[in-house]
Amino acid sequence: MSSVERVLELGDDALVAAQRLGEWCSSAPEMEEDIALANIALDQLGAARLLLTYAGELEGRGRDEDDLAFLREDREFRNVLLVELDNGDFAVTIGKLLFLAIFQRMLYDQLRAGDDPRLAGIAAKARKESAYHAEHAALWAVRLGDGTEESHRRMQAAVDALWPYTHELFEGDAAGLREAWLAEVDEVLSEATLTRPADGWAPSGGRQGVHTEALSKLLAEMQVLHRAHPGATW
Amino acid sequence: MSARELVAAVRDPELPLVTIEELGILRGVAEHDGHVSVTITPTYSGCPAMDAIRADIAAALAAGGYDDVEVGTDLAEAWTTDWITESGRAKLAAAGVAPPEPAAGTSVRLTLSVRCPRCGSLETEELSRFGATACKALWRCRACREPFERVKAI
Repeated sequence: MSSVERVLELGDDALVAAQRLGEWCSSAPEMEEDIALANIALDQLGAARLLLTYAGELEGRGRDEDDLAFLREDREFRNVLLVELDNGDFAVTIGKLLFLAIFQRMLYDQLRAGDDPRLAGIAAKARKESAYHAEHAALWAVRLGDGTEESHRRMQAAVDALWPYTHELFEGDAAGLREAWLAEVDEVLSEATLTRPADGWAPSGGRQGVHTEALSKLLAEMQVLHRAHPGATW
Repeated sequence: MSARELVAAVRDPELPLVTIEELGILRGVAEHDGHVSVTITPTYSGCPAMDAIRADIAAALAAGGYDDVEVGTDLAEAWTTDWITESGRAKLAAAGVAPPEPAAGTSVRLTLSVRCPRCGSLETEELSRFGATACKALWRCRACREPFERVKAI
C-alpha cells in the first residue's frame, strides 16, 4: 500500500497540469494543436481522477475525488511548482510538457512494477499516455528549437526559465530517475539545437504545500463553481 | 439472450460502428442468481465515454430482463489497441477509419506508413497526432486527397 501523501503528489501533478493545459483550449496557435493540448489535458485529468479517488480511500476520511480537487486550499496541494507556473507563450507550455511528460513516463514505469497493485494499474495505463505526450512535446521542441531564429530564441528562453523548476521533480522517491531523465532530455535538446542550462537555483516547496502565487489563481478559477454550488450535479 | 450476449452487443458511443467487445474494452460478464456483474476497461484514463458505456450496458441488460446489474472498471492490465478484434478492425476500415498497427514492441518514435482506408494508398501523411476523440489521430491521403481518421496504436 502507498502513503496518502505519495498518491496525492501524483494526483495533484496531473490535476494541475490538466487545468493549465486546458487553458489553451480555443487559444492554441492552430486548431490541431488546440485539440492536441485539450486531449493531453483530458489524459492528465483521467489519471488525476483515478489517483485522487485512491488517495481519498487511503485517507479514510470519506473524501472523494471532487472533495480533494475542489475543496482543498493551496497549502494542501502537493504538486511540483513546474506544473502550476503560468503557461507563458507556446514555447513555455511545450517546455513544461516536455519535462513533465518524460518524468511522468519514467515514474509511472517504476510504479507499474511496484508492490501496490492499485497504483501499478493506474500507472500502467497512464504510462502509455505519458509516452505519447512526451513524443508530442519533443516533436514541437525540435520544430521550434531548430526552426526560425525567433522560434529558436523563444524555445531556448523557455528552457532557461523552466530549468530551475525541474530539480523539484526528483525529490524523495524519484531521486533515482534524474540521470535517465537528463539523458532523454539532452537527446531532445540536442536535436532541437538547444542548450541545456547549467544547474543552479532550484526552487522547491510544492511537495510540502508551499506554492507560488500562480497556484492560488489557478485554484480560484478551478474551484469557484464547485464552491459556489457544493454538491451540484448535472 | 444471455447476459453476456446482451452486453457484448453494446456499441461504443464514439465509434458506434463497433461493439465494446470488438473494441476490447469488455473484460468480463458474470451471472449469479440473477445478479449480473460486468467488468470493463477504459481505452484512455480520461475517456469521457465511460459513463455512457456503463449506462448503455445497464439499459441493454434491463431490456433483456436483468435488473440487478453492477458495472465495474478494471485497469490492469492496461487496454491496448491490439485487443481490437479482427471483425472490429474490418468494420473500422470499412467505415473509413484506419485501424491501428500492432502496438506491442513498436519503438515510440517510429512511424509506419498508414494505408488510406478509402483508396488503399500508402501515400498518406499525418495532419494531427490528436483527433476528435482521445483514441484517434487525423490523417490525409495524398493519392485520393481525402482526410481520414486513424485509431492510434497504444
